Amino acid sequence: MLRGKAFKFGDNISTDLISPGRYFHLRSDLPELAKHVMEDADPSFASRVKPGDFVVAGKDFGLGSSREHAPLVIKMAGVSAVLAKTAAKIFFRNAFNIGLPVLICDTDKINEGDELEIDLTAGTIKNLSTGAELTFGKIPEVMLKILNEGGLVPYIKKYGDFAL
Amino acid sequence: MAMTLVEKILSEKSGLDVRAGDIIVAPVDIAFVQDGTGPLTISQFQACSFERLANPLTSIIFLDHAAPSASRELSNDHNRLREFAKRNGAQLFEIGDGISHQLIAESYASPGEIIIGADSHTGMAGALGAFATGMGSTDVAIALSLGKTWLRVPESFKVIINGQLSKGVCAKDIALYLVGNLGADGATYKALEFCGDGIAYLTMSERLTIASMAVEAGAKVGLFPSDEITHSYLEHHGRGQKYRPLEPEPDASYERVIKIDATRLEPMVAKPHSVDNTALVRELEDMKVQQVFIGTCSNGRLEDLAVATEILRGRKRHPDTRFIVAPASRQVLSEAIQAGYIQALVNAGAVIAPPGCAACLGVHHGVLGDGEVCLSTANRNFKGRMGNPEAFIYLASPATAAATAIAGCIADPREMM
Repeated sequence: MLRGKAFKFGDNISTDLISPGRYFHLRSDLPELAKHVMEDADPSFASRVKPGDFVVAGKDFGLGSSREHAPLVIKMAGVSAVLAKTAAKIFFRNAFNIGLPVLICDTDKINEGDELEIDLTAGTIKNLSTGAELTFGKIPEVMLKILNEGGLVPYIKKYGDFAL
Repeated sequence: MAMTLVEKILSEKSGLDVRAGDIIVAPVDIAFVQDGTGPLTISQFQACSFERLANPLTSIIFLDHAAPSASRELSNDHNRLREFAKRNGAQLFEIGDGISHQLIAESYASPGEIIIGADSHTGMAGALGAFATGMGSTDVAIALSLGKTWLRVPESFKVIINGQLSKGVCAKDIALYLVGNLGADGATYKALEFCGDGIAYLTMSERLTIASMAVEAGAKVGLFPSDEITHSYLEHHGRGQKYRPLEPEPDASYERVIKIDATRLEPMVAKPHSVDNTALVRELEDMKVQQVFIGTCSNGRLEDLAVATEILRGRKRHPDTRFIVAPASRQVLSEAIQAGYIQALVNAGAVIAPPGCAACLGVHHGVLGDGEVCLSTANRNFKGRMGNPEAFIYLASPATAAATAIAGCIADPREMM
């Protein structure tokens, strides 16, 4: 069970907004890079987010670059899941690969600051602030397996290969 | 059931009869990283305790994003990549050799192959009839060692291009029109398959421009059939023996069909801050521009520099407009020198940047000032893309870029040809 507060963002949050290219030189210093998470979408996010919180966005979250640093810095900020109406394909796959779930749901039913409780196994999202109950799109089986192992590296270390 | 081009390639590669929606494990012919994604790939490779590359000859590291390095941190990253290549026998392309996607097109990609790269514009090699797609560092780390990856066979959209572009209108205008039409997420998880009588008029350079932009509509790959144009491109780059004709089966089923009449297209731009925010150049004339940038995997090829030179020869950049040109590869630079383009562009006031991604991503040069406007031939105009979230990026063709450099404001190239 995941529980935390919603940080709301709009549509089309690109990887440049999540992890700006001007911090490219910090990519081998992840803790330093993570200080700039979401900086160009909301400069106050990094200082306000608490472990367990959620990034909640509109459509096409994570469009743009293949930089895996984008989901990584979100995860390093303590975010336990990203919720979005839709997500860009490379970001979506990268997030599961590093153990960060991306849940596709109707985020219009979530407001900034709402307290959420998410059951990944049951596929439900409870908005404790409004009482609304949401479901999220089925996570593809292969990605669920990867997520359950904590990401693609632990998955491969365990199975030694793709065990689809 | 008849197969799309994607289904055909992935069936052959997986040894199964696959259709859209199937999940497969497929062998990877070429796997690559660049200097922005490579260091994390090495970390993940090591975290898996991998010790060898499955295919060293087609495991490639490109130093193109920050080339030459702009800082101590990036220089250390470059050295880590060089050492990894040396130790494991991977191929390494140095700073100044060019952009990964351009070098993959010039020296590696062949029809029917599976190519994955830790860079979102990997899909550009789809222009050569290869299934090429961008992934993250971890996926590529696994592919480098195991020589395979998992894929979901994508549904395809059929993009029918009819007719020939008129003078001053470029392949980039087709790409911008298409992304504007589909929307930035209109083809998410899908493949775009190009066909129609118009593709016979498109050179490989133009096909590469269009394929490089497929991901801007969310697509996994932008695929062209492999035909005589593919054949002569491969011949020109010394690997004609890799040619094989490849096209979708005639009755393949497509999720969506998009028709583009190339004869009716006009010069276009994508306005800040998204690639699907398109408009006609003539709707934006008089917009003052402080920097023009011609380059990138999308439009840094010899043909692009030729188009720009045709407009700029004997003219000068506007005194208030800086002008940066970055050839996509060492070969492009070399051929552009021989053809006299570089001299003409320098005479027109251009700064020639080293072959590489250059100003596209705001890492090491060409960073914009607050409130400034840049017109660029790159693939992306996201907020902050060129290093400053307070700047504004318009995307356009090399012809529009050249005309804009002269006028100092967004200008229609057809009036200068």
